[in-house]
Amino acid sequence: MEPLALYIHWPFCLAKCPYCDFNSHVRAPVDQARFAAALRTELAWEAARLGRRRLVSIFFGGGTPGLMEPATVAALIADAIRLFDPVADLEITLEANPTSVEAGRLAGFRAAGVNRLSLGVQALDDAALAALGRRHSAAQAIAALEAARALFPRLSFDLITARPGQTVPDWRAELRRALALAADHLSLYQLTIEPGTGFAALHRKGQLVLPDDDTAAALYDATGEEAARAGLFAYEVSNYARPGAESRHNLQYWRYGDYAGIGPGAHGRLTLGGTLRATCRQRAPEAWAGLVERHGHGSTEETPVTAPERAREALLMGLRLSEGIDAARFASRTGIALDDALDPGTLARAVEEGYLVRDAVRLRATPEGRKRLDALLAALAR
Amino acid sequence: MTDTPTDHIRNFSIIAHIDHGKSTLADRLIQATGGLTAREMTEQVLDSMELEKERGITIKAQTVRLTYLARNGESYELNLMDTPGHVDFAYEVSRSLAACEGSLLVVDVTQGVEAQTLANVYQAIEANHEIVPILNKIDLPAAEPERVRQQIEDVIGLDTSDAVMISAKTGLNIEGVLEALVNRLPAPKGDANAPLKALLVDSWYDQYLGVVILVRVKDGRLRKAQRIRMMSTGAVHTVEQVGVFTPKMLPVDDLGPGEIGFITAAIKTVADCKVGDTLTDDRTPATEPLPGFKPSIPVVWCGLYPVDADDFEKLRESLGKLRLNDASFHYDPETSAALGFGFRCGFLGLLHLEIIQERLSREFDLDLIATAPSVVYRVHRTNGIVEELHNPADMPDPSLIDHIEEPWIKATIMVPDDYLGSVLTLTNERRGQQSDLTYVGNRAMAVYRLPLNEVVFDFYDRLKSVSRGYASFDYHMDGYAESDLVKISILVNQDPVDALSFIAHRAQAEKRGRSICEKLKDLIPKQLFKIAIQAAIGGRVIARETIGALSKDVTAKCYGGDISRKRKLLEKQKEGKKRMRQFGKVEIPQTAFLAALKMDA
Ligand SMILES: Nc1nc2c(ncn2[C@@H]2O[C@H](COP(=O)(O)OP(=O)(O)O)[C@@H](O)[C@H]2O)c(=O)[nH]1
Ligand SMILES: C[S@@+](CC[C@H](N)C(=O)[O-])C[C@H]1O[C@@H](n2cnc3c(N)ncnc32)[C@H](O)[C@@H]1O
Ligand code: SF4
Ligand SMILES: [Mg+2]
Repeated sequence: MEPLALYIHWPFCLAKCPYCDFNSHVRAPVDQARFAAALRTELAWEAARLGRRRLVSIFFGGGTPGLMEPATVAALIADAIRLFDPVADLEITLEANPTSVEAGRLAGFRAAGVNRLSLGVQALDDAALAALGRRHSAAQAIAALEAARALFPRLSFDLITARPGQTVPDWRAELRRALALAADHLSLYQLTIEPGTGFAALHRKGQLVLPDDDTAAALYDATGEEAARAGLFAYEVSNYARPGAESRHNLQYWRYGDYAGIGPGAHGRLTLGGTLRATCRQRAPEAWAGLVERHGHGSTEETPVTAPERAREALLMGLRLSEGIDAARFASRTGIALDDALDPGTLARAVEEGYLVRDAVRLRATPEGRKRLDALLAALAR
Repeated sequence: MTDTPTDHIRNFSIIAHIDHGKSTLADRLIQATGGLTAREMTEQVLDSMELEKERGITIKAQTVRLTYLARNGESYELNLMDTPGHVDFAYEVSRSLAACEGSLLVVDVTQGVEAQTLANVYQAIEANHEIVPILNKIDLPAAEPERVRQQIEDVIGLDTSDAVMISAKTGLNIEGVLEALVNRLPAPKGDANAPLKALLVDSWYDQYLGVVILVRVKDGRLRKAQRIRMMSTGAVHTVEQVGVFTPKMLPVDDLGPGEIGFITAAIKTVADCKVGDTLTDDRTPATEPLPGFKPSIPVVWCGLYPVDADDFEKLRESLGKLRLNDASFHYDPETSAALGFGFRCGFLGLLHLEIIQERLSREFDLDLIATAPSVVYRVHRTNGIVEELHNPADMPDPSLIDHIEEPWIKATIMVPDDYLGSVLTLTNERRGQQSDLTYVGNRAMAVYRLPLNEVVFDFYDRLKSVSRGYASFDYHMDGYAESDLVKISILVNQDPVDALSFIAHRAQAEKRGRSICEKLKDLIPKQLFKIAIQAAIGGRVIARETIGALSKDVTAKCYGGDISRKRKLLEKQKEGKKRMRQFGKVEIPQTAFLAALKMDA
C-alpha cells in the first residue's frame, strides 16, 4: 500500500491578501467549534475507507491555520495518529502568519504535536509588506521567527520575490538577512499574478508591473546562489533546504505519492481499490460544513485518474524536484514507461541544450531546465 | 414611377480623391431630395458595410434614385452611382461610369487636385462623360477656391466658370448641384421599343433575396416575369423582382431606357453574373451586345491557411460565401509543405487582400495565416513554355528558366514640392522609372513606371509617411517586362518555410533578406530553444539572425491542490500546440507572416 500524507485545510484568514487565490475567507467571528467538529468528522470518514495506512506527514495549510484553536489541532493530530499507522518521525507542519493573535498560540501548537512551523513572512521590508497588503511588520515577523525557533524543532518561512520594482542587489540584500534568520528550510516564491485577485486587476490596468523575464531569471539565479552559499539547496523550483531538512509532506506531492485532503476545497490523490482517484471537496466553507454534517464528508467529485493523466501529473510534479523522476517508480505508479511519456525529439534537444539529464535510472531537469519548466513540459509531455 | 421619359432622367457618378467629400455630398443629395427621413439618415448612408464605415472607404459601388423637383417645375429622376475610392477598386469605377452620362468632380478646395482626382477624371473623360466641377468645403477658412479653379483648368483642362461652390458638410448650395445635374448633364438616349439591352453593372448576394443584379437599361424594357438571357453565356432566367434604390429597395413594375435599378431572378451565385454582360429578352433578343468592359483580374495573390487545420472546410465555405458577393476575388485549393491545406487567393490589390482577410476573421471567426503576397510573374522556361507564377514556392529551378517577366504599373504621384525629394528617393529604391515630372502650382506631379512587386507590400504606407500624408497616389497596370528576379527562401532552424519565400530583384535580394530576418526576430517570441533564422538564395545564405531561448517560464507554486489544474493547463497547451503550425519545432505567430514582409526604409 502507498504510504499516505494528510492535508488539512483551514479556510480562514484575518484579511484577504491582494495576490492570493487560495481558498481563504474572512469571517468574523469564525465558528471554531463547528469547523473543528466538521474536520474531525471528515477525517474519520476518510480514514474509514482508507484503512490504517502508513502515515508519513500531516500538514495544516490554509488560509491561516495559525488561527485555529490549538485544541482543534491537538484533537485532529490525535485522531490521525489513532486512525492511521504513523511513522516514528511523523512530520507535522502548520502554516502560520506573524500576527500577534498567532504568536500567542505557538506554544499551544507545539504542545499539540506540531513539530514543524511554516511562517508566512513574505518580505523583510515594511514598504514591501504594505505593498503586498500584509498586516504585519518586518520586526513582527522577525520576533515570530525567534519565538518559533525556540519552540519548534523544524522551521521554515516563505518570502515572495520578483516583486514590482525589485532589483537583483535589493533582493540579494534582503535574502541575506533572511538566510541569517533561517533555520533549515525556506520557500522563495516569485510573485505570480493569479486571475481574479486584486493584483490581477491592477496588473491589467498597468498599475502593477512585474519584472520582465530576464530580470525574473536574474532574480531566480541570485536566489539559488545566495541560498546555496548559506547551505540551503534548491531541492524544488521554489524550495530550499539543508540536506535532510526537505519538507517530507511536499515531497510526497512532487514524488506523486498518495495524499488525502480534507477540509473545504482540499484536493487528494488516493489509491482506492487499486485505482488512483482524484478527490476534491466543496470549496465554500459553510457549504462544506453543511455537507459534512449531513453526509459525513464534503466530497463533491471523485474521478479516476487515467494512465496518460497520471503520467502527465507525475511528470509535471517530478521535474520540479532537483532529484527528478525515478523511471521505475514512474512506470509502476502511472502504468506508462517513462520514455513513452516523453516526446523523443524534445527530449533529445533538451538534453543537448542542457535542460534535461536522462540516465539509466532517472530523468531530471537541470537548474536551467527547471527555470523554463512550463515551456519544457508543454513540449516534452505527450 | 417607371414611365419617366428619358429626357427627365439623369445618370451620374461622383468622382473625387479620398476624403474630398464624395460620401458627404451623396448624403446631402439624398437628404435634399427626401430619399430618407432625418431619422433614417445615418452618416455616410452609402457605405453600408461595417468595414467601409470603419475605414472610411467605399468598397462596393452603390446606387440611389433621387426624385428632384427642379426650379423649372419639372420632376426629374436622378440616378447616383457611388464609386469606390481606392485604386484597388478602379475597375469598379470604370463600370459605374459606363452606366452614367455624367460625373460630378468633387475637389476639396483646401487640398486641390490629387492623384486620384486625375485618375478618375481621365476615366470619366474616356467614358464620354459631361463633367461638372464641384468645389467642396468652401466653409473652411483654408479654402482657396480660386487657386483650385485655376488648377483644374491647368491640369485637367476643364472649364471652371460654371463650377459649383458648395459645402457638403453644411449643406450650402446643394440645390446648385441638383440644378447643374438637370441643366448640364445630357439625358440618356435609348429606344423603349427596341429589343431589351441592359448592362449588368454589378451583382451581390443578399441573405434574403439571393443574388441581386444592378442594371442600367439602354433599350427596351425590363419587367417582372420576363425571361431574360445573359448574352455572354446564353443562360436564361425569369425576373422575379424589379426595383430601385431610394436608397431603400423599392419595387417598381419595370425599368425603361436610361433607368438604373435592380432585379432578382433566382440566380444562385454572383459568379454566374458577368459584370459588363448584356441582358436581353429571351424571346425577342437583341442581335448585338453592348460594349462590355474589361473584367477585373487579380493582380496580387497569397495563400490563406487555417491556423487550425480542422478549419479547412470552414475556410472553403467561408471563401465561397464571400465570393458570392465579390466575384473579383479568386481562390483555388493549394498545399504548402509548412502549412498543409489552404487556398491560393487572388485579389485586386493589397487593400482588397486585407479586407477579405479581415472579413474572414470577423464575419466567419477564422484564424488564418496569410503567406507573402505575390504578383503574377511570367516565367519563360528554357523549353519555350511560358507559365504564370502566382506562388513563389512554385518557382522552377533557375536552370530551367530562360527569363522572367514581371508586371509593371504606371503611377501618378502628386506631392508638395517640399517632399518631392523623399518621394523620389522612395520611388528610386523601388526601381521606379520616371516618365514625367511637372508642376501644378507648388505641387509636383510625378509619373513613374514601377514594378507592381515593389508597390504591393507597403508602398502606399511608405509614401504617406515620407510625405507626412501629403502625397497622393494612383496607378494602373502597364504591361510586363523582363527582370532579373530571384527567389529568396526563409529558413527557420534550417527548415525552409515555403510560406515565407518571396521573389525580389537581385539587386535588392540581400537587403530584403536581411530586413525580413530582423523583422522575424522581433515578431517571433522567445521559445524554449534558440531559433536560427536565415534568408537564402538557392543554397547561399544571405542573412541570418538568432532568437535566444526564453529566460524563465515556470510556475512558482505547485502543491497537492494544484495538480489537477496544472495538468489540465498542460493538456490545453498541448492541444493548442497540436493545432499550431510548427516550423522546425518553432511556433510562428500568424501575424508574423504578413508583417515580416512589410518593408521599412
Ligand atoms: N468642413 C467640411 N468638411 C467636409 C465637407 N465635406 C466633407 N467634409 C469632411 O471631410 C471628410 C471626408 O469626407 P467624405 O465624404 O467621407 O469623403 P470621401 O472619402 O470622398 O467619401 C469627412 O470628415 C467630412 O465630414 C465640407 O464641405 N466642409
Ligand atoms: C498557503 S499560502 C499562505 C499561507 C499563509 N496564510 C500566509 O499567508 O503566509 C503559502 C504561500 O504561498 C505564497 N503565495 C501565495 N500567493 C502567492 C502569489 N500570488 N505569488 C507568489 N507566492 C504566493 C506565499 O508566500 C504564502 O506564504
Ligand atoms: S496569503 Fe495567506 S493570509 Fe493572505 S489571504 Fe492568502 S492564505 Fe490568507
Ligand atoms: Mg467615402
